[in-house]
Amino acid sequence: MTTLTDPPKESFRLSMLIYDTRYRSMTIQVIAMIGFLVLFGWLISNTAQNLQALGKEPSFRFLSEPAGYDINQRLIDYNSQATHLRAAFVGILNTLLVAVLGCITATVLGVIIGVLRLSKNWLVSRLMSVYVEMFRNVPVLLWIVLIMAILIETLPAPRAFRGAEPEATMKLFDTVAVTNRGVYVPEPLFSNSLGNISFFGEHSLRFDISLDLLAFLAALILGLFIRSKINARANALQESTGDRPRTWHLNLAAIVVPTGLVLFALGFHLGYPELKGFNFKGGTHMRNSLIALWLALSLYTAAFIAEIVRAGILAISKGQTEAASALGLRPNRTMSLVILPQALRVIIPPLISNYLNLTKNSSLAIAVGYMDLTGTLMGVTMNQTGRELETVLTGMAIYLAISLLISMAMNWYNNSVKLVER
Amino acid sequence: MSDVSFVRTEMLPQQSPPASSVGFVGWMRENLFSGVANSILTVVSGVFIIYTLWFIIGWAWSPTWNAQSLNECRAILHDLGREGHWAGACWGVINDRWEQLLFGFYPNGTEAGVADMRWRPILAFVLLGFALAPVLYAEKVPAKMIYLTMAYPFIMPWLLWGGSIWGPIMVAAGFVIGYIGYRVLSQLAGSLIALILSVVLAVAWWLFAAGGIAGMLADLTPALGLEPVESRKFGGFMLSITIGVVAIGLSLPIGIVLALGRQSDLLIVKSLCVGFIEFIRGVPLITLLFVASTLLNIFMPPGTDFDIIMRVFIMVTLFASAYMAEVIRGGLAALPKGQYEGADSLGLNYWQAQRLIIMPQALKISIPGIVSTFIGVFKDTTLVSVIGLFDPLNLTNAIRADSDWNGIVWELYGFIALLFFVFCYGMSRYSMYLERKLRTDHH
Repeated sequence: MTTLTDPPKESFRLSMLIYDTRYRSMTIQVIAMIGFLVLFGWLISNTAQNLQALGKEPSFRFLSEPAGYDINQRLIDYNSQATHLRAAFVGILNTLLVAVLGCITATVLGVIIGVLRLSKNWLVSRLMSVYVEMFRNVPVLLWIVLIMAILIETLPAPRAFRGAEPEATMKLFDTVAVTNRGVYVPEPLFSNSLGNISFFGEHSLRFDISLDLLAFLAALILGLFIRSKINARANALQESTGDRPRTWHLNLAAIVVPTGLVLFALGFHLGYPELKGFNFKGGTHMRNSLIALWLALSLYTAAFIAEIVRAGILAISKGQTEAASALGLRPNRTMSLVILPQALRVIIPPLISNYLNLTKNSSLAIAVGYMDLTGTLMGVTMNQTGRELETVLTGMAIYLAISLLISMAMNWYNNSVKLVER
Repeated sequence: MSDVSFVRTEMLPQQSPPASSVGFVGWMRENLFSGVANSILTVVSGVFIIYTLWFIIGWAWSPTWNAQSLNECRAILHDLGREGHWAGACWGVINDRWEQLLFGFYPNGTEAGVADMRWRPILAFVLLGFALAPVLYAEKVPAKMIYLTMAYPFIMPWLLWGGSIWGPIMVAAGFVIGYIGYRVLSQLAGSLIALILSVVLAVAWWLFAAGGIAGMLADLTPALGLEPVESRKFGGFMLSITIGVVAIGLSLPIGIVLALGRQSDLLIVKSLCVGFIEFIRGVPLITLLFVASTLLNIFMPPGTDFDIIMRVFIMVTLFASAYMAEVIRGGLAALPKGQYEGADSLGLNYWQAQRLIIMPQALKISIPGIVSTFIGVFKDTTLVSVIGLFDPLNLTNAIRADSDWNGIVWELYGFIALLFFVFCYGMSRYSMYLERKLRTDHH
């Protein structure tokens, strides 16, 4: 007869902390934690000592002092009497502006180039490869300063537009002025404006949102809602009778009529830029720094997005295309209904990281003097107040927050389109 | 009659395909003019290419190589009857400043009493080629060359910064001491204890002995040294390549450690690694360079003052390591679970499994990512111009501010872009070659 015996009760010995895998991981973690804390404490104590020696106590009071410098490209009202906090806020909005503009144009360009790179036309696909290699293998900062230099050196000065026979003329039926001081485009004006709605009262973070814009957006959303209803009805009819009613004129009306009515009621008209004296007045002035940054970031990121799109399309197996053509779908419908929806799943994760890169690269604005977050908070404000520690760390924290928010939003979207597997 | 047949009885010889579907014409029909839309595209892009090339060649073909200023260029072109903004390139600026664009302010013999030392960076980068050969083209070079690769991290700083040869030798001696200590101690005690003790031994050597001994030996043999060169003399492409090589070289091992940390089951180690990686990846490199230029000296003990290039090395290395860690993590994740289990079943411990089974495969999978990180880091070295280092881009500002060359745009930027393009494109081509070479499946 056999007896089962319990394994001998081991008593804990000190050497087991190293030799026993159950305890060793604890040992390693404790050592890592201690090491990290020691390092962190060392850095903080060094910083404290150094700051004391310099006579700078960390404080954020400078944020409420007057900034004393001008920011020429801005989305919200600001003057040199406003606080450093407001200047930083202007900077954040400028960062977001160029990031959003850049992401949109980069995506559009990138998708077009990526698809064209797969074109059967030998010449076109080679041309697109040249574009991709050219932009991918040269630093983005070089593109930014190069485009800035081109804008300044080659475009006509505003005075070239003067006189009876000017050297330069305005483009697009006299509505857009392209000068070496920037581009003047028509601005939307409303004669029966609803005014603005203010947030944060008189605080430094105060910002206004135009009610006209909100009304327009509301009309647009209403239109889209009606359109989705029309399409749903068309689908239902198609499923019951097999015939799909013509809907495109209804769809068009659903979008155009509400927005058009709102614009008419608000007295919408365009304010054109006009040459007054030596410079243009009126219209929206986009400075060279913004345009150079926007163009360079879009062109550069488009090259990366093109590669992602190409890889995504190539990742869809050939059988899908063949099956689609066996069903009788024409090539462009195959692309839009079969290939792209599947390729999107492959494309989105790297696309997110490229949007993030674009947003981070927008900090290179400082090289061309566009006042984004780096230019205001970590640039002029830092130099004026001498608060390196506070400004740099705050700036980094804001960038980190923006990055995390973008990746969170995009991951949420990614999860919503992800293939549900077993 | 039986010899009447209603079908042909002998085979016809095979006819050659129609002339329009083979050869050059056939290729053109298939690839350029397969339909109306395609033909239009071909014509439009053909016209675009010809126009662009015509324009660029006409501009670049400009006999201004020896001009001393932009005005002189314009005079030369004016004499040829070429006017306007696009009259022609002004290559004189490249002729005048190419040395500066390549070497920055590295002593070139023009300063009185200072010899021409540009052979040192040149030698350092040529040696870099040899040192990389055993890694890049493992089967084509003798295996002994790996010793040069191991010695290179100590030769390069000595060549670039100069000083006594004993400094780098003593630093290298620390590694040798650590290695010997590990070998001896692991016979006596367990491997983990031996590892910890040998690291302590090496660190102690560096902190307490190396500096003193190196100083002493340098005093005894002053001949064994090179003229020291200050960091602020570094500039141009030399600076970009130096930052790139240092950051890339150091970020690979750090990245591997971070990736392993992120993959590990140890919660604290994992969260430290994740926190570090996500923090670095979430902020722009430029803010890290601001840290290097303004904050890093504040973080160090009072009185420490190490120069800006060193601080930039640290921050760019940290930046590159975080990206490298993510790339390698991708490689680790792509490895089938069976590989880990196979290593376990062979009785290998964690580090043996990593070294012999996991890492060789994971690194192979991550090669494209690693190379693109390399390319990214090399391109990002241009950002140091923002904090005032004289990389090629910052030098262009200086050159364009010079009254002789005020107004130059394309020639300078084109030259720099071309050099960057050659490096980066070369690297990406190499990674494609390596991918093909290391492929073990049967596609």
